[in-house]
Amino acid sequence: MCPRNSLAALPWFHEALPRLDSPPTTAYPRPIMYKHRVIDEPGRRLLRMTVNDSAIEIAVRPHKTLLEVLREDLFLTGTKHGCELGECGTCAILVDGEPVLSCLVLAIACEGKEIRTIEGMADGPELHPLQTTFADLGAAQCGYCTPGFLLTAQALLDENPDPTRQEIKNALAGNLCRCTGYLKIYEAVELAAKRMRNGSDSEAKR
Amino acid sequence: MSRRNFHVVGKDVRKVDGRELVTGAPAFADDFPQPNMLYGKILGSPHPHARIRSIDTSGAEALEGVHSVLTYENVPRARGPVGRRADLFNRVPYTRAGQDYPEPSPWDFFLLDNKMRFVGDRVAAVAAETVEIAKKACALIEVDYEILTPVLSPEDAFAEGAPIVHDEPDVQKAEDPKRNLCASVDVYLRDVEAGFREADTVVEGSYSVPRQQHAQMELHIAISYFDEDDRLTVICATQVPFHVRRQLSQSLGLPVSRIRVIKPRVGGGFGGKQEMVIEDICAALTVATHRPVRLELDRYEDLTAARCRHPMKLTCKTGVKKDGSLTAIEMIALVDAGAYGSHSPTVPTNTGNKNLPRYRCRNMHYRFDAAYTNLTVSGAMRGYGTPQGSFALECHMDETAEAIGMDPVDFRLSCTVVEGDTDELSPYIYEVKSEAPGDETKPEDVAWPITSCGLHDCIQKGAEEIDWARKRKEFDKYNVSNPVVRKGIGMCCLSQGSGVAGIDTANATVRLNEDGSAILFIGAADIGTGGDTVIGQMVAETLGITLDEVTVYSSDTDVVPFDSGAYASSTTYVSGNAALKAAIEVRDDLLTIAAGLMGEEAGNLRLEDRQIISSRSSKKIPLRDAAMHSIYKNKDQIEHTASHVSPVSPPPFAAQYAEIEVDTETGEVRVVEFVTAVDAGTIINPQLARGQVDGAVSMGLGYALTEELMHDENGVPMNRGLVDYKIFKAVGMPKMKTIFVETYEATGPFGVKAIAEIPTNGAPPAIGNALKHALGVRMRDLPFTPERVLRAIGKMK
Repeated sequence: MCPRNSLAALPWFHEALPRLDSPPTTAYPRPIMYKHRVIDEPGRRLLRMTVNDSAIEIAVRPHKTLLEVLREDLFLTGTKHGCELGECGTCAILVDGEPVLSCLVLAIACEGKEIRTIEGMADGPELHPLQTTFADLGAAQCGYCTPGFLLTAQALLDENPDPTRQEIKNALAGNLCRCTGYLKIYEAVELAAKRMRNGSDSEAKR
Repeated sequence: MSRRNFHVVGKDVRKVDGRELVTGAPAFADDFPQPNMLYGKILGSPHPHARIRSIDTSGAEALEGVHSVLTYENVPRARGPVGRRADLFNRVPYTRAGQDYPEPSPWDFFLLDNKMRFVGDRVAAVAAETVEIAKKACALIEVDYEILTPVLSPEDAFAEGAPIVHDEPDVQKAEDPKRNLCASVDVYLRDVEAGFREADTVVEGSYSVPRQQHAQMELHIAISYFDEDDRLTVICATQVPFHVRRQLSQSLGLPVSRIRVIKPRVGGGFGGKQEMVIEDICAALTVATHRPVRLELDRYEDLTAARCRHPMKLTCKTGVKKDGSLTAIEMIALVDAGAYGSHSPTVPTNTGNKNLPRYRCRNMHYRFDAAYTNLTVSGAMRGYGTPQGSFALECHMDETAEAIGMDPVDFRLSCTVVEGDTDELSPYIYEVKSEAPGDETKPEDVAWPITSCGLHDCIQKGAEEIDWARKRKEFDKYNVSNPVVRKGIGMCCLSQGSGVAGIDTANATVRLNEDGSAILFIGAADIGTGGDTVIGQMVAETLGITLDEVTVYSSDTDVVPFDSGAYASSTTYVSGNAALKAAIEVRDDLLTIAAGLMGEEAGNLRLEDRQIISSRSSKKIPLRDAAMHSIYKNKDQIEHTASHVSPVSPPPFAAQYAEIEVDTETGEVRVVEFVTAVDAGTIINPQLARGQVDGAVSMGLGYALTEELMHDENGVPMNRGLVDYKIFKAVGMPKMKTIFVETYEATGPFGVKAIAEIPTNGAPPAIGNALKHALGVRMRDLPFTPERVLRAIGKMK
């Protein structure tokens, strides 16, 4: 090892730290203004829909997107958002079984529809096979795009239980992921598809 | 410690946060809205360079539902114009770069200022009952701007009589703001001119790299509130919770003891969140209103007004002998720091010192000059300056190989470092930076030995995997007939670092429960990388338990011990070492208790599979018994905290190979196959490590082919969102293969080195070199868009 290879040899080690300019005080500045909360929200409309198998009745402001109503009014924060412009696929959910970008849909347009979000994907404590493979194979890295990918993949597998790699790529083309390079996501979808096929085979045999 | 059979380390185990992420459980900052929460919005400057003459906020303030409008008048200069309103904050210069104190980055930012330095710079901040009201209020703020001439390139910035970006008198630590010089380094190892004279051939080339943006899926988000004890709490998507706490204290004038920063799960950071982009202004709105405030950037703001990778223009010059040995290398970089100096002294330093040392060469010269401009602020981004240098140097090395008629692979094998060589440049740059007058430190005095290096294995295994020798010849033949779609294959080799030597500090606490399970408290910030999992694996391995039995807490400044944060690929190497030290102390305590219970000597005992086993008598007791004994008999819970800082930053090494097809009619480049062979020491969790490589490669592919944040001739950003800032989608991805060339780095926990950044660096040069192979033309500017390809082959003007 090099003789100077220690922290004490590094030039900045013995330097004194500069002092911060303004020593902080414990007193907070007085807040500058208060206004009454806006409680008057005219024009709310009653909306009925089914969310994760529960019938919901809620008064929503008509300009709110389904994403906003799910997250802010129903506190279903599992649905994420990455652009609110329909570019990233992060907010994908299922409306009547079809993947839909919830940031582009007005909530009131979903009257009578059946909505499925990530919170409704597992069967109680039992994860959906896609959820299991995404967790096990590292397909959820930061996990932010994961709910959108899971629901889009579920819609694919519901329609096509044995998709090819290219079909998976095409189905997931509208979802962006910055962490995984997509490889682990394909692998997780393929493994889940295989497990679901085998599962239904064995049920059929019984 | 040496290699042995591990039980948890080296295994694919599910991430500790795997379940919460796939079930949509509340995990990210935005999933924790607070009661009575207000919504914040920043009014961004429409001009790249302007001074606010006056600002009228009365319209905004009159709007129902608006609670606070903050402008520079709330942050007055000591002897400046007197604000109309209560002076809420003191004008204090600070940096938002998340670095250890004292930050090397200049203190050139103010909470709010009357000078606008780029499009999107903070004019005002509003807190209102709803997002819609906040946006409306922003539109009602009337600002009278004195428009100044913008500085739109480093060349303009250094020109005689250029407008000064930072003309305020209170800027600190910038190198020479009056010349728009943010930072610079000029360092020589011995004598490059003599080296060039000694050479058989001297090769020169110039290259340029664009602004790349992190485009992490989760936008910058912060939720701040006063808790029940009136302490300021900030839940935010950050890589550096402890630096955010300290910088909040500095910028808002609150003591550290009154601030708590919570980092929940983070939806990708990539360096963009190694920066206090919005936490300060969000917290300021909470201080102003005494209400919880949520502030989130929208995608346009996140792309253009957060941070980006430093754009650079680089020139390389190399002296080479006919046998492939190098006599001198010179690299000179002109760097666009953007409007503020975040990370600008350090990022371009890495451009040289994380690239040049992988070549064996006695004479080196590295210089950079980073200029302030009125463009999007450059900052930290995965690779931290290294990808820029890797593109230039690896394209340049291919040109050098060609100049002496050598195969690129053989050439790399002839002139890159092996175990036992030294890295003289990295430590020497720091020496030169802080050199005292009369100090004549020689590079060899401070050199770091390269203690583990699998670079040659990486080069060879990668070449085998992609079938280099055969394809290189076959494509040559194929391209002779001048087909529309040409084929090419290219490679490059890479190096990086493992944490910042002597700076990155980590602490970890391991607490043992009565059933033998453990709780691990780490300051390290897992931002999706799997850091919590990997460090948890190290603790589990040491205590002979499973990962399920380790609960990992990261990162809450009230709960966990200090850590510099998640950057510089430091989590596994630096923070892992702290956790390992703490776990070893816990293990030793356990064995001492067990020795008493078993009537054995502690030295003969080991922990394995929840058992404490004697290697002498093969007696064993459950781990639980000793843990129970500690709490209920000794009345002393076993808990240890350990600290770690590394005096060295051992480089991981890699070689990357790209096979491409390029359409000479459309100019489109398609990557067919991409191979990464990487030496990151021991791999703790192969699955997560592979995930790091795959993701880094896709980011590198974007840098090579599609991603460029552009500004028009007025300095206004042109990309509006992810539709015109193109990151790779599922359909465009090539076939990818990762090979781990495991070495054992003695200074790393279980022999690890870093992995997260290095695979980002290679796609641009590997593809650039493959394009040269396919087209016979050297392309020097990233990204290789169809337009640039057509220009390069003369089919477009």
